[in-house]
Amino acid sequence: MSLELVATILGGLTIGSALMVVISKHPVRSVLFLVLTFFLISSNYILMNAQFLAIVNIIVYAGAIMVLFLFVLMLLNLSKDNEPKSPFYIKIAAVTAGGTLLTVLIAALKDGIMVGSVSKEDGSSIGLVQNLGHELFTTYVLPFEISSVLFIAAMVGAVLLAKREKQLID
Amino acid sequence: MVLASIFESGVSIQFYIVLSTILFAIGAIGVLIRRNMIILLMCIELMLNAVNLLLVAFSTYFGKADGQLFVFFIMVVAAAEATVGLSILVMAYRNIRTTDVSIFNKQKG
Repeated sequence: MSLELVATILGGLTIGSALMVVISKHPVRSVLFLVLTFFLISSNYILMNAQFLAIVNIIVYAGAIMVLFLFVLMLLNLSKDNEPKSPFYIKIAAVTAGGTLLTVLIAALKDGIMVGSVSKEDGSSIGLVQNLGHELFTTYVLPFEISSVLFIAAMVGAVLLAKREKQLID
Repeated sequence: MVLASIFESGVSIQFYIVLSTILFAIGAIGVLIRRNMIILLMCIELMLNAVNLLLVAFSTYFGKADGQLFVFFIMVVAAAEATVGLSILVMAYRNIRTTDVSIFNKQKG
């Protein structure tokens, strides 16, 4: 089985499960399809020799973020008919807008000139931890440190948002 | 173990351009047609992942590690965004008892 066929099948499955995220009526089913989509995207990363990112994608997205979504969903205890349906004309307008976006983006990117040359040397090691870690702690060390500030800000924000309500109850 | 690079085996970069554009469009359509706030956040995650996929594809295609590090930072931002978004959502649900986004039309000020 050629790699091309594998890539095509994985791509088709990814699009299918991404569509199911939007189509599914029940929110929990939607979350589970999104987890499936993330796993399929991770398999695409492995095909592209980005092994480290594939594992991080599974751990961070499918593991942490999606569990957080699922947890909040169960906390809220939503029923199936909790979400009112959008009017039909809004659906038509949304699909038209999305289709236009898709057409324009593909038309713009399809024949785009790929500036720079494709590396002819063996690029199969760039996705490994050693190489990425070296780049991260030399070239990108400042953004790396700043992202920790972002995390503290997000953490403080989340705690603050959750806590203020408690004081109101008291 | 290191697999052979996929771009040497006949898969073109255009394949991944089309794939990630379709994923992005699905996410955008989802944001427009759904009204549940949680689904909206999930569709945003889907769009972020479409961009990640294209960045990794170009990173491998050109043999540079920068694209993959950008994906790393996008994941950091997405995690922070999901945390704050979900806590806002929980707080809104406590106050208005629904996750319908159209309720925010009634907000004044």
